[in-house]
Amino acid sequence: MNKSFLEKRYKKEKRFIFLGRVAVSLTIIFLVVLLGSIILRGISGFYTTNITIKTSLTQKIIDPTEKRNTKEIYKASWRKISKQSIYTILDDYNKNKNIEKNSRKEKRAFLKLFSRSSEFYIRDYTLKNLNDIGTVVNITIPASSLVDQYLKGKIDISVDEGNRPISDMQVSWVNFMLENKMIKREFNINFFSSGDSRNSEEAGILGAIVGSFLALVVTIIASFPLGVMSAIYLEEFAPKNRITNLIEVNINNLAAVPSIVFGLLGLAIFLNFFGLPRSSPLAGGLVLALMTLPTIIISSRVAIKSVPPSIREAAMGLGASKMQSVFHHVMPLAIPGILTGTIIGMARALGETAPLLMMGMVAFIVNVPQSITDPSTVLPAQIFLWSDQPERGFEEKTATATIILLGFLLTMNALAVFLRYKYERKW
Amino acid sequence: MFSLPIYFIFFLGFFSYIYGKNRSKKKISFNKNSGGQPSHYGYYCLIWVTVPSIIFLLLWQVISNHLILIATINSIPPEVIPKDSTLKKLLLENIIIIAKGGKSLAQVPIESVDYYKKLKFFAITGGYSCTIIISIIFCFLSFRKIDPSLLAKNAIERFILSILFISSVVAILTTIGIIMSLIFETTKFFNNVNFLDYFFGLQWSPQMALREGQVASEGSFGAIPVFAGTFLITLIAMLLAGPIGLFSAIYLSEYATPLTRKIIKPTIEVLAGVPTVVYGFFAALVVGPFIRRTCESLGFSASSESALAAGLVMGIMIIPFISSLSDDVISAVPQSLREASYGVGATKSETIKKVIIPAALPGIVASFMLAISRAIGETMIVVMAAGLSAKLTANPLDSVTTVTVQIVTLLVGDHEFDSTKTMAAFALGITLFSMTLLLNIIALRVVKKYREKYE
Repeated sequence: MNKSFLEKRYKKEKRFIFLGRVAVSLTIIFLVVLLGSIILRGISGFYTTNITIKTSLTQKIIDPTEKRNTKEIYKASWRKISKQSIYTILDDYNKNKNIEKNSRKEKRAFLKLFSRSSEFYIRDYTLKNLNDIGTVVNITIPASSLVDQYLKGKIDISVDEGNRPISDMQVSWVNFMLENKMIKREFNINFFSSGDSRNSEEAGILGAIVGSFLALVVTIIASFPLGVMSAIYLEEFAPKNRITNLIEVNINNLAAVPSIVFGLLGLAIFLNFFGLPRSSPLAGGLVLALMTLPTIIISSRVAIKSVPPSIREAAMGLGASKMQSVFHHVMPLAIPGILTGTIIGMARALGETAPLLMMGMVAFIVNVPQSITDPSTVLPAQIFLWSDQPERGFEEKTATATIILLGFLLTMNALAVFLRYKYERKW
Repeated sequence: MFSLPIYFIFFLGFFSYIYGKNRSKKKISFNKNSGGQPSHYGYYCLIWVTVPSIIFLLLWQVISNHLILIATINSIPPEVIPKDSTLKKLLLENIIIIAKGGKSLAQVPIESVDYYKKLKFFAITGGYSCTIIISIIFCFLSFRKIDPSLLAKNAIERFILSILFISSVVAILTTIGIIMSLIFETTKFFNNVNFLDYFFGLQWSPQMALREGQVASEGSFGAIPVFAGTFLITLIAMLLAGPIGLFSAIYLSEYATPLTRKIIKPTIEVLAGVPTVVYGFFAALVVGPFIRRTCESLGFSASSESALAAGLVMGIMIIPFISSLSDDVISAVPQSLREASYGVGATKSETIKKVIIPAALPGIVASFMLAISRAIGETMIVVMAAGLSAKLTANPLDSVTTVTVQIVTLLVGDHEFDSTKTMAAFALGITLFSMTLLLNIIALRVVKKYREKYE
């Protein structure tokens, strides 16, 4: 053997290790880029921009009869009030910069700095504080997502004016309001306390979270008992015959059926045959239950199998029946493992979207669902919906909602890991 | 809904448990040879009281509802009844709404409403009283059976065992449900569209068939471009995930120190836990525009919904499937093979290439097949990042569509269920189901055989 031959072989060895390292580091880079790009885009969504405006709650417009009748007040022309008070800011600006008059186009551009539903914020404030009618008060309303995105630095101002959503005029207005400390950056409570909306500054995630929760409750009620019972049967009681074999093959294959096929099943059976309400957490949860059933069965079987046979034999030696040995002695030891598997299955169900697309759960729904038959959407479906919206503000919402979804998943998986470490036994 | 009989049944069940327990104490002298503890006799009565009557109640509810609907349709005067099946359904729904005391703008024959109300009343009173009578009869029968010759414990255990068996059959029922619902709609689809046109047609434009008066079977349901798109994206995904997944598996199982392995392996598996909608968002927001910009700066055009973007992100998604499965099979190769190879002077990489990989090849192939089936069935990434138009192209920068994208676009937001369009989605669904099933069955067989070989 000459030396160069050996050197070649060692070089090959090094190259091979290098390739392995590259593969592993590429995978980790992918993970970092994936999570990083979403977190970078979404973290700012936890904050929002609010503008405090001096509103004169004119008696004549709001409550001309002075009866303080809430129903009448509710119907007053709030749009007028809100426009008036918003324009006072414009007047201040004009005085400051010595501008005589604004064109209509400019006025409209100015209105675009404020949330399209400013009037409702003023209305709600007034209905709560009826004594303030006739005075001038400070009311905080959300800025439009245009201002919000600009202040968060998501709009590049160095671009030519025609190619960006915010005009130079609007930028100078925003800067004026900033100088006068009218603009505040606050925690986005609205995002966590309201349902979906067409206006990105108002869209919230509560409806989707409640919908996800309700669907998961249905899923766990339907799949946990079924899954655990069939795991007990297959692991402890099933005779070795054709039927058992068929069931086992079936479960393994069901675990690998594409999730969208479960959606087709749900559409044909739950919606069209049984007539369950469309878009409801009930129908969606049942489909998710069928999907997670194999996961629960497989992990429960592993947990039951890991209980050593000596436990069963000891119980039966003391005169317990097979059923008693399983339910009184094996199950209590297997429960932590079963719960771990169930939580992981639930986490997967929480992130699942495709079958729910078929069940009509990807829909624009404003109201927060109250029961499992109300139309609702779920967290991943909400992400999908928002990601489709052209408006710029929704991109941030999508990323923020994704962070929240990932947060839930992380918590659930951490809980599963914790359970495993706490109760894991080496026999 | 049917609260009254349910309350009654549970009350009677509770009563029968107490009574059965006490009665068994009086009638039977308990020793170690008797058929169970007193509580077993109590549960025995409880089961007989509750289970048959609840099953009856559920069956009654389903069957009577169905019969009432048929009878109500027949009661509608022939001059009012619409021919169209959708309108018929709508009329029936309005009748039900009005009968329940709601308001409806539709014109509804009053006599049918009354008829429906009458039938519903009979069904409810009849069903409830029958349920109650059944539970009472079984209550007495079970009381009479309490004597020393009854093995209550065995009976209860048989009952529990049958429940366990039934719940394990649900998995089979699910599969049957999937197959039945897919086949049912697909046969309807093939009544409208030629079998050969579907499998060998080169043009897929299902939206065209919606136009008034157009015959569906004019080659607009040719599935070849859809499958071609699916395979293109899957191929791109596998080209990325195959080498990376395999090399990661080799590195982790053969070279990495235990500590590195302990940290890296779960990190890679985080990728498997990320919801697919997040990958889709990533593909549409980051990867798609990035590829388009790069291509534009290099001077050729690319669609922002390119197959490349969807394929690459899908590849990232399936890396953990390949790496963890391959890792398992590589670790399962017996140590003696490695030692023999080192013994004849091979380096580590030579051992891996010439000995371990050939030995683990079936398992690795199986892991690739599982990954391919995962990629074919993946929905959200392609819905969000791939296109809608079915083009027959091999250019990865062009926009293509996939089976899952078509299923979603055909079904979402479409309320009428009988159009060829919706049935086409089910035809695609059954094709998808059979493809993935085939891949899975083969892969699972191979893995099982492989495991047996080294155990």
